[in-house]
Amino acid sequence: MKKTLCLYFQVHQPYRLRQYRFFDIGKNHDYFDDFANKTIMARVATRCYIPANRLMLELINKYDGAFKITYSISGIALEQMEQFAPQALESFQELAKTGHVEFLSETYSHSLSSLISPRKFRDQIKVHVNAVEKHFGQKPKAFRNTELIYSDTIGEMVAGMGFATMLTEGARHILGWKSPNYIYVNALNPKLKLLLRNFRLSDDIAFRFSNKSWGDWPLTAEKYAGWIAGALEKDDIVNIFMDYESFGEHQPASSGIFDFLKAMPGMILNHTNLEIMTPSQAAAKHQPIAPLNVPYAISWADEERDISAWLGNELQQEAFNNLYKIEDLVRDSNDPDLQRDFRRLQASDHFYYMCTKFFSDGDVHKYFNPYDTPYEAFINYMNVLSDITLRASKK
Amino acid sequence: MKVLMFGWEFPPHIAGGLGTACDGLTRGLAKHRVEVLFVMPSASGDEDQRAVRIINASEVAAFETKEEARQIFDKVQFIKVTSNLIPYLGPDEFEEQVDLEREKEWNEFRISFGQKFKFSGKYGKNLMEEVMRYSLVAASIARQNQFDVIHAHDWLTYMAGIAAKRVSGKPLVIHVHATEFDRSGEDINTQVYDLEKRGMEAADRVIAVSNLTRNIIINRYHIDPVKVFAVHNAVDFSSAESRKITRGVPEKIVTFLGRITFQKGPEYFIEAAYKVLQKTQNVRFVMAGSGDMFNRAVRRVAKLGISSHFHFTGFLRGEDVRNMFAYSDVYVMPSVSEPFGISPLEAMRANVPAIISKQSGVAEVLHHAIKVDFWDVNALADAIYGLLTYPALSAMTVRCGLKEINSLKWDNAALKVKEIYESVMEKNQKKP
Repeated sequence: MKKTLCLYFQVHQPYRLRQYRFFDIGKNHDYFDDFANKTIMARVATRCYIPANRLMLELINKYDGAFKITYSISGIALEQMEQFAPQALESFQELAKTGHVEFLSETYSHSLSSLISPRKFRDQIKVHVNAVEKHFGQKPKAFRNTELIYSDTIGEMVAGMGFATMLTEGARHILGWKSPNYIYVNALNPKLKLLLRNFRLSDDIAFRFSNKSWGDWPLTAEKYAGWIAGALEKDDIVNIFMDYESFGEHQPASSGIFDFLKAMPGMILNHTNLEIMTPSQAAAKHQPIAPLNVPYAISWADEERDISAWLGNELQQEAFNNLYKIEDLVRDSNDPDLQRDFRRLQASDHFYYMCTKFFSDGDVHKYFNPYDTPYEAFINYMNVLSDITLRASKK
Repeated sequence: MKVLMFGWEFPPHIAGGLGTACDGLTRGLAKHRVEVLFVMPSASGDEDQRAVRIINASEVAAFETKEEARQIFDKVQFIKVTSNLIPYLGPDEFEEQVDLEREKEWNEFRISFGQKFKFSGKYGKNLMEEVMRYSLVAASIARQNQFDVIHAHDWLTYMAGIAAKRVSGKPLVIHVHATEFDRSGEDINTQVYDLEKRGMEAADRVIAVSNLTRNIIINRYHIDPVKVFAVHNAVDFSSAESRKITRGVPEKIVTFLGRITFQKGPEYFIEAAYKVLQKTQNVRFVMAGSGDMFNRAVRRVAKLGISSHFHFTGFLRGEDVRNMFAYSDVYVMPSVSEPFGISPLEAMRANVPAIISKQSGVAEVLHHAIKVDFWDVNALADAIYGLLTYPALSAMTVRCGLKEINSLKWDNAALKVKEIYESVMEKNQKKP
């Protein structure tokens, strides 16, 4: 039986907040930095989405379906593409039409709702499923949670919604001696199959590709295909999951990342025992080898692979808890503007900006952060939250 | 290693932060086995001499004999000459004037062989004269003692440092705790600026208390960047200071504590207070201190109509300062230019969250304080409101801030200073 390589790319952009002072509370309900959001979406579309999609389309046509890819696009990224970069959205739709691209479901808002509110979590997934169907004409069968956050109970909720497959991190502290390169199942509901990210091979591209002080620089497609083949000598499946923005944005075009991507499928398919599949196909093909016990939530972030990047300090927890206090009010309000704003405020990014871990480590945090300090991020967010709370309470 | 150090004050009798910094630094140096001879213009005898040997300049005669006087005078007479020159002289007149001045100075001083000058050691009217006489005494002290490096703190002692260097040939390190620009804005005293610049130029190394100050030294005094090093000040707090205090008012208290002068940014505090009070009345603002902008501040508060929630305490000292911190919920330091700024650390030590201006040296070492541009009144008001309104914010800044300030040890700062000493001593040894 052939061994499988699975490629999945995450597409997400948050609605960044504008500078919202406390004297705006109760007066101004305009929370978002349209200029920044538009500029960033336009930039990422030009550098990444559009050229990368063009290349993916070429590759799918060239290998006549032997090359398959998978995306998860957050609802608020889809919204922003519609608003600010419709060409990018069209190019994703073109890819969908080939029939060789799987679209995953996630929470519409790229939210952390799975950690606090099962009902909100389910609601948001439903909204996202509808959005994917609307834009890409397929109903998602596999699920990825925000930041690959996963636990036994989250998996059980996802299984309960009818998804057959879920993607998460191959976290070392969960796996121990076990290999991430097999299919596992949820510990509470064995019907849900789990695909685990191979973080070493994923990060070789996503983080290390252009790093000249890396021992394996420069990374060629041939060398990389050799590593994949090596990992699959015994094991079943290698899952390469990463942010799509790695192509052209985090790793600039000048690093040769597109040339690498262009050459990679050929080099993989040269190994006659390898094939490239989407998560749902791979999960149907390979036998799961064991249930995976994950009592506490894991994610794909930082060394800890836990949720401390978003909910690790008291600022984040306070903001998070206050946000969901108004959930019922917002849902019952029948005010579409209020509901829209509430959705946007749930994006995990807002909590990421309040992370204090980067004082000691993590250049990654700084790269993605529009604020100078987590304290500024918190104050700004809380001001906005105060206003939306007032709006919700008045209804 | 032995250091001849010139200061102006030393605890317990201090007027500002300089004496405290000297105390902390010398204790740190002692731990790294650096011996310090600390010269000050007027010692009282009750200074803590465990880490330093204090030399009281008031007890040292400038020169004992005529010959010694001539020798010293040839080396250090430069001090007075240039600072008193009349501008717009031609080269010949200039030389004549210099000779004249030199002779005059000699005449002034020769009557004082074996005499001691009683320094006030304060910052009074005769400051310039004291600075000059201090340098003459310094030369004498430099002749009488053995040491490896000279270290002079702030402009008052730079001339003393230069004199000691001329007499002994040992390397000079000057330590800039503040520049004239920090004290006076753009309206500087050019005589002080001159003395500062001459100190910096004559020094083998210049230590600045922050990168902010280092940049001023490089850009405003045109000193070669390679010899200017930033060594951040530190504090030696053993534990959190918590004192019980009963409040007379139910509202939260936001405090400004410092001199009410242009450089400390009091007007930004007032404008921010006004903005916060538009939104909530559950807060009182306190401005503690005195200074040349005091009257203007009171008038502005009255004009804005916020006097019922804005209070002035006048100048506070000792216990009252600590009580004021204990009374506060938020501490604000909106300084326009602050070489370092120790007061936010004292506030944080008393479990009070601090908002500091980005234009302060202390902002370079603190993560767990909220930083705003001094001129950005909106950001300042927003930060005050945030600390008053969102409990997690103040809880976290206090908790993490305390940990952070406890890691700012004089030990570490002193080690950096010691390395700077070593670098000039090596350089010195290489000379033929």
